[in-house]
Amino acid sequence: MLGFLIQRLLQAAAVMVVISALVFVGVFAIGNPIDVLIAPDAPQDIRLDTIARYGFDQPLWRQYLNFVSSLVLGNFGRSFVFNMPVLDLILSRLPATLELTLAALIGATAIGVPLGMYAGYRPHALGSRIVMGLSVLGFSVPTFWIGLLLIMAFAVELGWLPAGGRGDTVAVLGVQWSILTLNGWTHLLLPALTLSLFRMALMIRLTRAGMREAMMSDYVRFARAQGLSDGKVIFGHVLKNISIPLVTVFGLELAATLAFAVVTETIFSWPGLGKLIIDSIQSLDRPVMVAYLMLVAFLFIMINFTVDIAYAALDPRVRSGRS
Amino acid sequence: MTAALEVRGLKTHFFTRDGVVKAVDGVDLTIAPGRVLGLVGESGSGKSVTGLSVLGLIDPPGRIVEGSVRLEGQELVGLNREAARRVRGRKIAMIFQDPMMTLNPVLRVDTQMFMALRAHEPVPKDAARQQALAALGRVGLPDPEQCLTAYPHQLSGGMRQRVAIAIALLHSPSVIVADEPTTALDVSIQGQILQEMQRLSADTGVALVWITHDLAVVSSLAHDIAVMYAGRIVEQGPAEDVLAAPRHPYTRGLLDSVPGEAQPGKKLAQIPGSIPALVDLPPGCAFRARCSRADSACETMPEIADLGGARAVRCFHPLEGR
Repeated sequence: MLGFLIQRLLQAAAVMVVISALVFVGVFAIGNPIDVLIAPDAPQDIRLDTIARYGFDQPLWRQYLNFVSSLVLGNFGRSFVFNMPVLDLILSRLPATLELTLAALIGATAIGVPLGMYAGYRPHALGSRIVMGLSVLGFSVPTFWIGLLLIMAFAVELGWLPAGGRGDTVAVLGVQWSILTLNGWTHLLLPALTLSLFRMALMIRLTRAGMREAMMSDYVRFARAQGLSDGKVIFGHVLKNISIPLVTVFGLELAATLAFAVVTETIFSWPGLGKLIIDSIQSLDRPVMVAYLMLVAFLFIMINFTVDIAYAALDPRVRSGRS
Repeated sequence: MTAALEVRGLKTHFFTRDGVVKAVDGVDLTIAPGRVLGLVGESGSGKSVTGLSVLGLIDPPGRIVEGSVRLEGQELVGLNREAARRVRGRKIAMIFQDPMMTLNPVLRVDTQMFMALRAHEPVPKDAARQQALAALGRVGLPDPEQCLTAYPHQLSGGMRQRVAIAIALLHSPSVIVADEPTTALDVSIQGQILQEMQRLSADTGVALVWITHDLAVVSSLAHDIAVMYAGRIVEQGPAEDVLAAPRHPYTRGLLDSVPGEAQPGKKLAQIPGSIPALVDLPPGCAFRARCSRADSACETMPEIADLGGARAVRCFHPLEGR
C-alpha cells in the first residue's frame, strides 16, 4: 500500500508539471493582455513600462521559468484585474462552488441511487417506467434551460425562492459558508437542483444497469436459493457489488462539476469559481487562468486518488492485486 | 417411507413476446432419502428449469402453470413468497455450475455463510462461526479456519465449489439440487467432489438431484437416471440398467457420443441436428426429426410407458432391451 501511495504521488507530481507547461503555453497563445490592461490611448512610455513590469517583453520560456520558480515558493502571482494574490482570490471563491457542487452531487446520489435500485429490481413496474422516462429528460434537457425555467417558476411566478446570489453566510475558520444559514439554503436550492438533475439521471441509469445485471447473476441466484429475502439479497449482496462503478462516476462528476459549473453559476449569479474563470478569460487575466486550471488538474488527481482507495475498500480483488 | 422429493406433472412455461416457451412440460420425478438421481439432457432440455422450479426460483415471464412438488410430503407449489423462502435453503438447497460466479466476489466467506445461516434462524456470532467451521470441515476443506476469512478469489475453483456445498449443507436440508456443479472444474477435482457428495449423501441421508449433460458423471454417482428432452422425461430407470441397455433412441444417441466408448481413429457417433426451439413446439414426439426410427405414429406424443424393473420410456419404437 505504501509503495502504491508513493507511486501515485510521483505520478501526480509529473502530471502537474506537464499541466503547468501546457496551460502556460495555451494561455500565452490566447492573446496579449496588455491591450486589456491599459487604455488604448495611453502614452507609449506607460505602455512599455507596464509591459516590462509584467514581464511580457521576456521570451515565453523565461516567463514560464519565472512563473514556475515563484510557484515553488507558493506564489501564484497577482490577478491583473483584481490586483490581489491569485491564491487568495481563488480560495475566496472556492467554498461557494464547493458547497454548491457537494449539495448537487450528494442530492443526486441520495435520490438517484435508490430510484435506480428500484427501477433495476422491478424493471417492468409502472413506477420504474416513470423513473426511467424522467431520467431521459434529465439527460437531454440542457442545464441553462432548466435553470431559467426554475427561476421563472419559483422566483418570478411563485416568489418562494430568490433568483440568484448566495444569501447570508457564516464564517467558520475564516471561510464563508452559506449552508449554515436558512437564507443560504434558500439561495442554494435552485442552483443545486439545476446542477443535480443531469447527475441524478446518470446515477439512476447507472444504478439500474448494475442492479439488473446483478439480479441475474449466479451469486444472487445462489443467495436466493439459500432462502435470503430479497431485501437481504439486495442490501447484503448486491449493493456492495454495484457501488464500484457508482463511486467512479461520483468522483469524476464531482471533479467535473467543481471545475465546470460555469453555466449554472452564471445563470444564478453564484459567486463561485465558474464565474471567476469566465470573467478571467474575458479579461485575459493570465495568472488567474493558469492557477485555476492547475487547481482543476489537482482536484482531478486528488479525487481519482480517493476513488482508487475507495475501490480497494470495496473490492478485495483490487486490494490483493496490489500487494 | 415418504419420498424426499416427489414431482408430479410439473409444467413451467415462459410467456415471452415470441410465444409460450414450454421449458418444462409435464415432468415426474421421485427420489428417496439418501439416493442420487441424475437428471440428464442437452442444453435447453429443461433440466435446469426443472431444478429452479423445484426451489420456486422461477422469475417472470416464467411461472409454474401446473403440477405438484412435494418435499417430504409438503406441497411447495402455490406457497406464498415468505413460506417458500422459509423452505429454500433450510429444507431444500441448490448449488450451481460456475464456482467463480456463485459466491459473491466482494464478501468474505464467513460473511456469506453467516448471512445464509441467519436467513432462517437468529444465531449468535460464536455459534454461527462454529456451525460454519463444521460445515466447511464436512466438505473436506483442509483448513476451515483460513477458508472462513478468505475472499472467494483467494480460493481455487474446487475449494469455492466446496464452500458453496458447505453453504448448501448449513441447515441440513433433505434435498440438494445440484445444477452441473462439477462441469467447470478440472477432471481430478471433479472426481474428488463427486466422491465427497456421494459420501455426504450416504452419511446424512440427503437426497441429491444431480443435473448434468455428462453421462460419465452420472454413471459414477447416480442410483437412478432421468433423461430429459425438450421439457419432458423420455426415459428413466436405475442408472446401471439405463446405461447398459438404453431403450429410448435419444438415450442411445447420447451414450454413443461419449468418447470413452469410441474406437480410436474412428469418427465419433453423433445425434444429427439439435434440440428444437421450444416456442410453439409442434405436437408429437419432439425427437422425431432427429430419430432414425420415427414414422407417422410419432406425430402424436407418446405417453411414458412402464417397462417393469422400475424403468419407463416415452417412445412408440423403443430399442430392444438386452
